[in-house]
Formats: sequence, C-alpha cells, structure tokens
Amino acid sequence: MDWEYFLELFLGGLTRGSIYALIALGYTMVYGIIELINFAHGEIYMIGAFTALIVATVLSMLGLNQVAILICAAVAAVVYSCAYGFTVEKLAYKPLRKAPRLSALISAIGMSMFLQNYVLLAQTSDFLPFPSLIPDFEFWEPYAHIISSQELVILITTFVVMILLTILIKFTRIGKAMRATAQDKVMAALVGIDVNQVISVTFIVGSATAAIGGVLIASHIGQINFYIGFIAGIKAFVAAVLGGIGSIPGAVLGSLVLGWTESFFTGYISSDYEDVFAFMFLVFILIFRPAGILGRSDTQKV
Amino acid sequence: MVSLEEIKKSLLTCIWFMFLTFPIMVIRVNTVQKVIEWRWINMLLVGVAGFILSFFWRNLFREKGKTGTEKQSPAKTDNISIFQKIREDRKRFLPVVALFGCFMIAFPLVFSLYQTNIMTTALIYVMLGLGLNIVVGLAGLLDLGYVAFYAVGAYSYALLNHHFGIGFWTALPLSGLLSALFGILLGYPVLRLRGDYLAIVTLGFGEIIRLILENWNEFSFGPSGIANIPRPGFFGMEMSLKGHTIYLYYLMILLVLFTIFVVNRLQNSRIGRAWIALREDEIACQAMGIDKARTKLTAFALGATWAGMGGVVFAAKTTFINPASFTIWESIIILCIVVLGGMGSIIGVISGAMILILLPEYLRAFSEYRMLIFGIVLVVMMIFRPGGIIPDIRRVYKYKGKETRMI
Repeated sequence: MDWEYFLELFLGGLTRGSIYALIALGYTMVYGIIELINFAHGEIYMIGAFTALIVATVLSMLGLNQVAILICAAVAAVVYSCAYGFTVEKLAYKPLRKAPRLSALISAIGMSMFLQNYVLLAQTSDFLPFPSLIPDFEFWEPYAHIISSQELVILITTFVVMILLTILIKFTRIGKAMRATAQDKVMAALVGIDVNQVISVTFIVGSATAAIGGVLIASHIGQINFYIGFIAGIKAFVAAVLGGIGSIPGAVLGSLVLGWTESFFTGYISSDYEDVFAFMFLVFILIFRPAGILGRSDTQKV
Repeated sequence: MVSLEEIKKSLLTCIWFMFLTFPIMVIRVNTVQKVIEWRWINMLLVGVAGFILSFFWRNLFREKGKTGTEKQSPAKTDNISIFQKIREDRKRFLPVVALFGCFMIAFPLVFSLYQTNIMTTALIYVMLGLGLNIVVGLAGLLDLGYVAFYAVGAYSYALLNHHFGIGFWTALPLSGLLSALFGILLGYPVLRLRGDYLAIVTLGFGEIIRLILENWNEFSFGPSGIANIPRPGFFGMEMSLKGHTIYLYYLMILLVLFTIFVVNRLQNSRIGRAWIALREDEIACQAMGIDKARTKLTAFALGATWAGMGGVVFAAKTTFINPASFTIWESIIILCIVVLGGMGSIIGVISGAMILILLPEYLRAFSEYRMLIFGIVLVVMMIFRPGGIIPDIRRVYKYKGKETRMI
C-alpha cells in the first residue's frame, strides 16, 4: 500500500467533496422547506462563476492587486447569485406552491434551460479561461506537494461556511423560523412566521453558498462555460440524496462520501467510469437505506 | 386602468431586471485578448421589456385569480369543454380523427422528403411519449432516465445486426423485450423508493447506460458510434432512399397506431386502473389488495418496451448511432412532451410531441433562441396551465336519470 498516493487521493476526495457540499447545501435546504428539486440551482452556481470571471477580468484591467480582485469578484458573485436565486423563486416557484410536485419540477427544469441558454447567448459557448484568483502562499510551499494552497483555501472556506451556516440555522431567529417552516408550513404561518420570507431567505442563503463554491471550483479548475452548472448540479444533488435530502449534516456527509468514492475509484480502478461509480454507489446506498445515509425514513401517515 | 401604483411596480421590476442582467448581458470579456465589450443597448432592451412584461405578468395572475382557485381559469374551462365536446360526441370526434388520419396518410405524397423525415422523428417521439406516459402519467413514477431504454433499443438493434446480421423485423420485438428486461432490472431496486429519490436514481441509471456505451469501446465502439445500420426491408424489395423514407414513415404510423391501441386498452384494463390507483395513493392502493411491486414493475417494463422499439426505429432511420444521441436532455424533452401535452391523456401526449418536435424544426430562423423560448414556455405553461395542453379528463360516473358514462 502506497501511503502517499492514498493520502493524495484522500485529500483530493476531500476537496472535491467539500465543493460538492457547498452546492449540495442549497439543494437540501430548499428541499427541506418546499420539497422541490431545484434544478436551476446548478445554474445559479454557474452564474456566480461567470459573474466572478467578468468582474475579475474588468478589475484586473483596471490594475487592482490580486487580493482585492478576489474579494470583489467573490462578493459580486455572491450578490448576483443571491439576486438570481431570489428572482427565480419569485417567478418560477412561488406561483406553484400549491400545484402538484411534478409541475414545480418541470418549471425548475424550464428555468434551468432558460438560464443556461441565457448565458450561452449573452456570453459565449466556448470554454473561458478562469483567472487563478487564489494566490499560492509562500509559507505553504513545503507542504504543497501533498495539498496545494488552492485546495487548502477551498477546505478552509468550506469549513468556515459550514460553521456559519450551522450557527445561522441553530441559533438565530431566522434559522429557527426556517426549521419551523420545514417541519410544518401551516403551523409555522399560524404562529406568525412569514413563510414567504423564510423561503426567500432559504433561496438566498443556498445561492450564496453555491456562488462561493462556484468561485472556488472555477479558480481551481481554471475554465468555465455555460454548461458547468448542470453537471455540478447533478453531482451535488446526488450527494444531497446520498446523505438524506433535507438534512444539512447529511448533505455534507453525502458530499464527502461522494468525493472520496470518486477519488478512490478513479485513483485505483479507472478514470473513465468516474460518474458511473458515483451513480452505482448511490443506487447501492439507496437500496439499503432508501432515505439516504442520515435521512429519517418517517413512517407514512394515512 | 393603469394606475400610478402599477407603473411604480413595473418601474421597480424594470430596474431590478436591469441590475440583474447587468454583468451577463452588458459586459462581455475576452480573456485571451484582454478586451471588454460594453453592450449598453442590451440594458435598455431589458429595461423596456421588463417594464412591459411585468404588466402582462401581473395581468395574467389577476385573470387566474379572478376565476377562483386553480382549476377554473376561464381560458382553461373553455378549452377543455371544446375538446371534451369533440371527444364526447362520436359524431364530431370521428370526422376529426378521420380528417387527421387522411392528412397523415397524404403527408409524404404532398410534402417533401425533408418534411417526411421530420414527421417520422416526431412520430418516434409520439411513441416515446406514450411509453413514458405509462410510467409517469398513469403510474405516477417520475422517471428521468427514460432515454436509457431508448439507447438499449437502438444499440441492441445495431449490435445484433453488426455481429449476427439480424434484421429489423426480428430486432424490433427482441429489442422491445430486452428493454423491458432492463426496465425490470431498474425497477427492482427502486421499488422501495418514492418520489424524488426515484427521480435521481432513474437519472443516474440513464447516465450509467450512456457512460458505459461511451467508454466500453470493445462492446459498443465508444463515442465514435456504429454506422451502416440497415434500414428496414420490405420482403427483400430494393428501394431508393426516397422509397425508404416514405416506407419508414408509414411503418411509424402503423407502430404509433399500434401503440395508441395498446395504451388505450391498457389504460382501461385492470392493470391500468391499478396504476392510476397507485399514483393516487400508494397505501390505500395496497390496502385494496393491489400488488405494489408487480404493478410498478409492469409499468416500468411496459414503458421501457416502447422506448426500446422507438430506439430500433431511430437506429434504422438515421443508420448511425452514438452515445451523444442519448443524453439526459433527451429524457427531459420526452418528459416535457408528456407533461406539456397533458399527463395521462393520449391525445395530449400526441399533440405535445408534435408541438415540441415540429415547432423547433420550423422555427429554424430562431434556432439560437429556441431552447431559451422552450425554457420560458415550460415555466409559463406550468404556472398558468398545469394540466398540459389537452389535460386528461378523469373518468366520471354521473347519474342523470339514466346512467351515462363520460370519458
């Protein structure tokens, strides 16, 4: 057993998983509250990455230094992703609150198609090189062969975002309202919670984490196009389902498990079948735990 | 009329959208040459469009709200009643069907080869739509990987032909059977899953099949695909390309008629009613003594059979297949056909397929924008007409002096 190779794969899987987690959180939060697979969530992430790219390019031509560019681009990405998330919910999902689940799902698919083609037409269908926004730290040089400073930034950012999110949901007023709405919308409304507002906030928070994920992964991989959102979205959704959709720790766990599965399978077996392994693993888990790893399989009431 | 309040609202919407579309619509960067292109005109367009459309949008909602809840929007009741009248009344229903039938039969004689080809494609989608309708519309199982069975059908014909020289007519039932087998193979592990878990597993299944076809070079010839698939023969008759196209068109008409016949019979059969019961309430359905596992599996298997046969026709029509034809978007388009047309309604699915496949073909001028428009149409349809173009009319048993049955 080659430990160095193992460690490399382990850390690679961890990085990959933490990026999936940033996107999966949005899925799972939205699902927890309105029981909708938000197909357009991947597109929100893609729009975040595009906004960051545009802002970063414009600013770099103005000659700002790298850290300032990174901060401005990330802020712009978060702001715009939130704005898009909010608008998508208001336009495509809010009128369908009481409609059958399938209608809302189709509406989400329509929105996803629209956003993809909107970016395709307004920007370009080619892959755009994404500037490497995250600097290489000098003090990290000795360890860079195990984990690059970019990956380190990704891991730390994800960790911080998770902690902030946990605080938001566990200890704040709006977090309490979110948990209440997820449990029972009607009851939450009865005790004076503005359900529409809570849903909007959920979309905004989910979009913000997706945007952070978008900036991180785009600068890690180094290129983006209009289609990245769809693939990342499906992977993140698989991760959310794997962990038990609707549960936030589940989404994180599912993402890490998915990241490791992909990393180890591609490292030890074959890289051609990366996605096949991911999906097979999902099917395998769901056969034994139909509600995901951490999902509660609640008994059906008649 | 248009009050100040309205104008203010629209103005806000317009400003919001101008802000929203600013980076994507206005700025275009070229990262290689380091050039920024500012397109301020787009901002103006978005602003004006946002201002006008927001009036329409609110107006549509007011219309919808005025006539009470969900199912009573005025346009809808009117339309339903027109179709209902036509369908109820045999005297009117039959001529409409006959007229449509004549049009379909005369189609290749009147229109060009190109048009006939497009129509054949549309007919393949009608078949796929009707197949998926069994799974989604009747049994209520959301399947996002339907294209997998389509791929299985197409590839089994292509490979059987390549290795063993099996012809179209033998391959057609064989592929149908094989697809059904795959349907059961997929159905079995997902029996316990419900709703969205099912959706994601079926989606994964579709991707698994596509990726295997793409990567397993020795088996499926990889991304380069399989070429020179023979067209269907007609008792060994030599045919020109034109003859082949027209022959395939009529063949497809027959297959679609066969599909409609079978699906219609299934719908009103014991198993069809079991599917509908399963869709409405799983637990109540089990309590009534319906075998859930068997019912679900038959739905998957029967749905897959049509996809498999559709795949064979597709392979025979294009004479070349590769995995790129079987992406997840294909599944989504078929799902949209079913949902837009009207879930559970055969006429709905047929019109859905015709509209979704033919319209983009004839809107080539807007080809760049067609997916964009398609996306908007999906959203708007779901909001204002969730039942689809021609919604399924539920069987109602009414007692009016003497018993009459409405379908």
